[in-house]
Amino acid sequence: MGEPLVFTYNVDGGDFTSAGQASVMVKKNLNQIGFSPEVIRRVSIAMYEGEINMVIHADGGVATVKVDDNCIEIVLADKGPGIADVEKAMQEGFSTAPDEVRGLGFGAGMGLPNMKRYTDEMSIDSTVGVGTTITMKVNY
Amino acid sequence: MTVNSLAEKLKLEPVCCPDPEKEVCGVYIGDLLSWVMGRAKAGDAWLTIMSNVNIVAVAALAETALIILAEGVTVDEKITETAQAKGVNIFTSQKPAYETAVEISKLI
Repeated sequence: MGEPLVFTYNVDGGDFTSAGQASVMVKKNLNQIGFSPEVIRRVSIAMYEGEINMVIHADGGVATVKVDDNCIEIVLADKGPGIADVEKAMQEGFSTAPDEVRGLGFGAGMGLPNMKRYTDEMSIDSTVGVGTTITMKVNY
Repeated sequence: MTVNSLAEKLKLEPVCCPDPEKEVCGVYIGDLLSWVMGRAKAGDAWLTIMSNVNIVAVAALAETALIILAEGVTVDEKITETAQAKGVNIFTSQKPAYETAVEISKLI
């Protein structure tokens, strides 16, 4: 593969009904390229969790998906409040999501752990008061 | 077993079924969406009482075979339309999730 394919999506903040649109679009695009269902499933779930996090905590953000020679890279960048304690945020069950979000079935403290579970590499670059950028890679 | 024949055998009420030939391989029960995305396997029948629109995205991304709304839970018309467009099968069962799961395990 020569030039890597890049898809960019804007994730709207505060809108749970449209959350997932970027992930579903990525799923469709990767499917058209011909990736295996398992790779597509991992990428799209990891991305959906990231999208939901950006909707809940950061009033939206930008998701970029890059198809490289041997991996798919997902970068989720927001200008939200940042994550004060990344280690704690990575623990299953730890959540700072508000109650109304929990009522929708989110905020179980599984988002970041799921993103790690479904990807081969994940790094979090976050500064309180500035924003968060999460980079994930799924090898194929 | 396909979604279609499972639904027939369990007498599930169809909400929408755009992909009736999808194969059902297992069951997952849960209402917390991230748990479902983390633990449900592709091809599972997903039993839940959660009925907001996000279940459609979760089912589409996790590639569950169908959503079964337990205990007679219903969804809005808008959710049905979204599910139809995204190829997500949804049925309703009047029975609790456990009973439905037991019945499915005897069939697959």
